[in-house]
Amino acid sequence: MNAAEFTFVVWVASFLAGLLGALTGLGGAAILVPVLTLWFHVHIHYAAGAALVSVIATSSGAAAAYVKEGYTNIRIGMFLEIATTIGAVVGAYLATKTPVEGIAIILAVVLLYSGYVSGRAQPEHPEGIRPDPIAVTLRMPGSYPTPEGLRWYQVSAVKTGFGLMFGAGTLSGLLGIGSGAVKVLALDQAMKLPFKVSTTTSNFMIGVTAAASAGVYLHRGYIDPSLAMPVMLGVVAGSFLGAKLLARAKTQWLRRVFAVVIIVMAIELIFNALTGRL
Amino acid sequence: MSFTWTDEKTEQVIGNLLRAGVVLSAIVVLAGGILYLAHHGRTHADYHVFKGQPEALRDVPGIASGAMKLDSRSIIQFGLLLLIITPIARVAFSAVSFALEKDRMYVVVSLIVLAVLIYGLAGS
Repeated sequence: MNAAEFTFVVWVASFLAGLLGALTGLGGAAILVPVLTLWFHVHIHYAAGAALVSVIATSSGAAAAYVKEGYTNIRIGMFLEIATTIGAVVGAYLATKTPVEGIAIILAVVLLYSGYVSGRAQPEHPEGIRPDPIAVTLRMPGSYPTPEGLRWYQVSAVKTGFGLMFGAGTLSGLLGIGSGAVKVLALDQAMKLPFKVSTTTSNFMIGVTAAASAGVYLHRGYIDPSLAMPVMLGVVAGSFLGAKLLARAKTQWLRRVFAVVIIVMAIELIFNALTGRL
Repeated sequence: MSFTWTDEKTEQVIGNLLRAGVVLSAIVVLAGGILYLAHHGRTHADYHVFKGQPEALRDVPGIASGAMKLDSRSIIQFGLLLLIITPIARVAFSAVSFALEKDRMYVVVSLIVLAVLIYGLAGS
């Protein structure tokens, strides 16, 4: 394949990843790294670099809309970004020391977990939670718009959430993905935020987390401009269309399909890592 | 005239800032991409072996000077750099808006995050 053909095919794949990512809320980057390495034979470092850059683009684009709608809790996001950005820098350094097979297997485990999470039903607004005094000191409790007006919520387990966020940041820096599934785990399972607040706040944090490791990736030469170009432009176009279609799409069905695709990719990654084909 | 800075205003500005950053970056990347394909479209594309990027595409001064010389790959890299800077600008703005709200605790929180981001981009 010459550069023009390669650019076009990678653009189409990235467009589809961005579209599915936006429609399912899982983000396109998690699937882009295995697609680039398994189908396009791109080295996992270059794949992670290109995916990480597109993570910043989709997160920032979506956050622009969510923040204005008032779902995002900016204080919780800012506070936890201390953990995710430090984690991301640590993860980006680990990426330079970890063998390619190790990175592939960790990515596969994260993909399997993301596939599992996306198949589960989530409660809209958790009830009967124990407010954490630290959260009150940090002015974290807030409100979000519902059809019946503003609804208030409490926040629990700030320390646990902070610890999990450090882990999410490390994975993001190591693998070049947004690791939204781990962030949502911290925000809605540990800190008990309402579903819409946790998903939009997670998305808000993803761009800053990715920017922290992108700096390290840039210095290490992981970001190849001619590869990142079609990936970033494809993902941005795809996720823009996905956001437009979201209101009309049957997302429950799509989420199941996407979950299956992710699980197949994960198995293929593990197989290729163990047989030395990466 | 009274002036109060509120969370809602912050949310509006952050939303606009993020959108402008992504759009600007995509335009620069697209322009660099067209130039790249015009010059190198027929060369062989292979990313299977990791070699790392040349020094000139790894740091801010190198990328900026390459882009000034209209080197296509440097222009793309410059667009990607704008994208990386977008969330960093958002955090810097958050620090300012928390200061306007006289929320000292979150000014400190924002500055810690900003320091980690600048370390990632410049210090490592």
